[in-house]
Amino acid sequence: MAYEVELRNIDKHYGDFKASDHVNFGVNRGRLIGLLGPSGSGKTTILRMIAGLERPDSGDILIDGQRVNNLAPGKRGIGFVFQNYALFRHMTVRENIAFGLKVQKEGKQKIRSRVDELTHLIGLDKFADRYPMQLSVGQRQRVAFARALAPSPRLLLLDEPFAAIDAKVRKELRGWLRETIHKLGITSIFVTHDQDEAVEVADDIIITNKGRVEQTGTPAEIYQLPRTPFVADFIGESVHVPDYTVFKGFEAGEDGAHPGIIRPEFVEIGLNDKEIAMPLAAEHGIVRATYFRGSSVEAHVEVKGQILKAGRSLEKPPLQEGAEVRVLIHRILSFGDGKAETVENKSKRKESVVI
Amino acid sequence: MAVSVTRNRFLSADFEAKQQRTSVSSEIFVKWLLIFLGAAFLFVMLILPLVLVGFEALAKGWDAYLAALTEPFARKAFLLTAEATVIAVLLNVVFGLASAWLLTKFDFRGKAVLGSLIDLPFAISPVVAGLFFIMLFGRMSPIYQTLQDLHVAVVFAVPGIILATVFVTFPFITRELVPVMEAQGRSEEEAAATMGAGGWTIFRRVTLPNIKWGLIYGIILCTARAMGEFGAVSVVSGHIRGKTNTLPLHIEILYNEYNFTAAFAVASILVFLAILILVLRNLVEWKLERKSERSGNHGL
Ligand SMILES: Nc1ncnc2c1ncn2[C@@H]1O[C@H](COP(=O)(O)OP(=O)(O)OP(=O)(O)O)[C@@H](O)[C@H]1O
Ligand SMILES: [Mg+2]
Repeated sequence: MAYEVELRNIDKHYGDFKASDHVNFGVNRGRLIGLLGPSGSGKTTILRMIAGLERPDSGDILIDGQRVNNLAPGKRGIGFVFQNYALFRHMTVRENIAFGLKVQKEGKQKIRSRVDELTHLIGLDKFADRYPMQLSVGQRQRVAFARALAPSPRLLLLDEPFAAIDAKVRKELRGWLRETIHKLGITSIFVTHDQDEAVEVADDIIITNKGRVEQTGTPAEIYQLPRTPFVADFIGESVHVPDYTVFKGFEAGEDGAHPGIIRPEFVEIGLNDKEIAMPLAAEHGIVRATYFRGSSVEAHVEVKGQILKAGRSLEKPPLQEGAEVRVLIHRILSFGDGKAETVENKSKRKESVVI
Repeated sequence: MAVSVTRNRFLSADFEAKQQRTSVSSEIFVKWLLIFLGAAFLFVMLILPLVLVGFEALAKGWDAYLAALTEPFARKAFLLTAEATVIAVLLNVVFGLASAWLLTKFDFRGKAVLGSLIDLPFAISPVVAGLFFIMLFGRMSPIYQTLQDLHVAVVFAVPGIILATVFVTFPFITRELVPVMEAQGRSEEEAAATMGAGGWTIFRRVTLPNIKWGLIYGIILCTARAMGEFGAVSVVSGHIRGKTNTLPLHIEILYNEYNFTAAFAVASILVFLAILILVLRNLVEWKLERKSERSGNHGL
């Protein structure tokens, strides 16, 4: 299937600073993509280059199979939602949404019906004659969204669409945006530095770091099969261990450092042998602290001098600080030489063979 | 013992209160002294001259006043000032918009240098600016002969006066617009660009409405300065009565001829225009403040 958008070997410098470093990726039609990375990793730069607001030093940008490097922003068939929304402050909601259509010399009748349709879509029919500063931040965000959609772009680009919105409204808007975009079937790329947001909203995630694309894949793939140390560390909650071969089931013959990451969901804690599935594969640990997390308890246990984190259901008997417990490490993310891979607990297999 | 202690405390409290009272009264005295000094200064430096201008202008009655204003040389001078002001303001609106747009919406090498170069007319003495135009277009200039052949007179003629006025008032509009445009950033323009608007449409429909009041303010300041410019214009004008005399120059000539009534009569016109501009300026300032209050919520 042809890509709706494709970036090939994109490089971009600001002065001496490399903001994009050999960026390559393709986005399939109708997908909702989350561009995720830490601050300054070049997400906005990528988005602006696709929109034509910034020029790459080298490489090709293709939209619908056509090279658009030399095409003006307005001719690329994109809609852009800016981080600060950039609504026209001297125009009403209606005039803001109508702007793109007016510029493209649509008929009055058509503009009116499209604007009505969009104000209805964003649920602001009653606010159509207000000015941007008379709206809440969440309402402004939706106006910016409608304005970008008005000229029916084939590709929607959103830069940190939820950044300025408070936590509760943000949750609502996320769901709304995801639903609306899927309903319209428009290919979309949104920038975020919040991994929960990316995981929750996006069909696919592109992870950027220092101007490079680290990994692309579905949220589940990114989560379970991180391919670089950066992704392993960046996604999920990560507890670093300098040498994972000290743990039962992860012994390795060869020498050298074996740094790894153990996520809370890789670790199971049992008060005794009965509570744990495979006691022979488990380590002994001491509970150092417990934290109530609403739907579960997060326990910090010390195993072989390392503090590991693990979740525990509220239905199970509570853990006391200082108590001795059994700790089963199901798997570890190892990254020896610049590559990340998952290592399963070997003694688990042995035990099941024995049984 | 206990009683005397309380009493002592009581006394000292009383004393403090008294001291406070005297310090309060001396504060009030200082306050009124400062107000008086300020008012006296304002009166002597600003109000009195204005009143005197009016008095002196009308010293020989209304007829003499009107005669001084309607006399052909005065009328010519008025027209020339109007002409130079209108042209200078128009040109500076174009230059000012272009340079502010360039300085705020684009990144390029030498931007900082250009930014400070625009302030040059503020820093340089108007007389030097006038001399500069004499050097550029006068007898010593390498292009003087060419200008002569084309029958174009710049120095000691109207074009020179306009050039000098444009030069002196050049920074006003740019300086008003740059901070406004800087604060607004480029994202509204970029948003318009992604929707397919061209440069002119973006300017007219997005940029201009946002900077409207700043621009008007700049125009007002520019007009005031253009009307009153003396130094630079005096150098390039040549003081040809009825030809290259602006209002300020005309006033000087009348004054030097001991024709005080006429001098002050013409001066009263400039004073009147200045007051008019001040009123306009305040109106616009008030408008600007209200606007910034209304859109106080940033990040639109
Ligand atoms: N116009 C510019 N001039 C110079 N440097 C820039 C410019 N725009 C961005 N940069 C630099 O390029 C790098 C990447 O910037 P970019 O805005 O793409 O990051 P980002 O991933 O969007 O970050 P954030 O999450 O903070 O928005 C940053 O280090 C930034 O300082
Ligand atoms: Mg950004």
